[in-house]
Amino acid sequence: MNHSNHVKSTAITAESIADSSVVASDAVARYALGLGDDALVLAHRLGEWITNAPELEEDVALGNIGLDLLGHARSLLTYAGTAWDRSEDDLAYFRDESEFRSRQLFELPNGDFAQTIARQLVSSTYFVELYRALSLSRDATLAAIAAKAFKEVSYHLDHSTQWLQRLGLGTEYSRERMQSGLTVVWPFVAELFSADPAADALDAVGFDGIAVGVESLRPAFDALVPRLIVAAGLTVPELPAARGGGRVGIHSEALGPMLAEMQVLARAHPGATW
Amino acid sequence: MVSQSSAVTERTVWELASTVVDPEVPVLTIEDLGVLRRVAVDGSRVVVEITPTYSGCPAIDAMRDDIVTVLASAGYEDVTVRTVLAPAWTTDWMSDEGRVKLAEFGIAPPERRIDGLVSLGLGIRCPHCGSLHTRELSRFGSTSCKALYVCLKCLEPFDLFKAH
Repeated sequence: MNHSNHVKSTAITAESIADSSVVASDAVARYALGLGDDALVLAHRLGEWITNAPELEEDVALGNIGLDLLGHARSLLTYAGTAWDRSEDDLAYFRDESEFRSRQLFELPNGDFAQTIARQLVSSTYFVELYRALSLSRDATLAAIAAKAFKEVSYHLDHSTQWLQRLGLGTEYSRERMQSGLTVVWPFVAELFSADPAADALDAVGFDGIAVGVESLRPAFDALVPRLIVAAGLTVPELPAARGGGRVGIHSEALGPMLAEMQVLARAHPGATW
Repeated sequence: MVSQSSAVTERTVWELASTVVDPEVPVLTIEDLGVLRRVAVDGSRVVVEITPTYSGCPAIDAMRDDIVTVLASAGYEDVTVRTVLAPAWTTDWMSDEGRVKLAEFGIAPPERRIDGLVSLGLGIRCPHCGSLHTRELSRFGSTSCKALYVCLKCLEPFDLFKAH
């Protein structure tokens, strides 16, 4: 007997139970889509570490962090999908590369462990500031997703900070690799804090107070991350910014192969459940 | 369907729903965890509100299915389980009974906090021998909600349910 037939709906909603299910407007959905794609792409990259990390505890740690991010992606994509009558799976598995709105930092290949830690340091700091601000959004659903995510990404930042110090203050060799990791990641920092067309579109139609202006988050990032890097005996890279464009569907060559792997099963068996 | 006042039915539904356990920590019910938030009954229509522990915790899907199964076997056909994110779940909602059951199961319960910030514990107590002489092995464990510890007295490893 299949009891799941009795489930009429399972809305993720910040509203009280008496209210009807929340539906995002097109403009809010476009904004949520970008945030959801960021979380989804980074979650997939972290999942690639499982069975490959330097020690078992890190397999578990990076897997756990990825799982939290996947949870954020599910909430955000589910919410975005309410505007277009598409499910989280439709959005994750049945869009092509140019339809993804993730910032380019998140699709970077993992590189070595130090490079992943460098990306985690930058990503986690960004997420902490983003979700702290988004938890005050006038959109109740986005605020609820953000308030929950904030608690989790704070824990992720702690993880990357500890490894930054261990590797930076470890041996000459670990220091060198941590520095190289920062060098690879650094050109992608600027894009994180550059304009989000979907956020600007919301503001333009008078829905200000819903999206977070990421440009305003940069001072908090600059106040923390360079200090952590220096405290770990490392140097803050001075490098020109990469081209950017993730929010308008421009991606590096790394995203396509990643999506091919992520989507192949769902596309080979459309509609399958497991 | 039996005809009862909504309040009585809500109580019955709550009691049924609260028998559902966490599939990963089977000594804890969803009521012990603070995951079961609210039950509303309108005629024959039942709505159950639950909240996830962690955003990505896959156990929430199993709990949702189990609630529907339990209620369906008791004759409730029109059941909606709604996942609610706000306010965000915290281990401060875990019941005293739940904390005792966790320790008996071999998992150190989460530290108590005031307003979710200030820890009131002296340290993490080994659920096997009761010693406070313990060490964190990894902040991430077998599930999202746990960290891995080792007792330096009895030398046994154990899980800690993280304060969250």
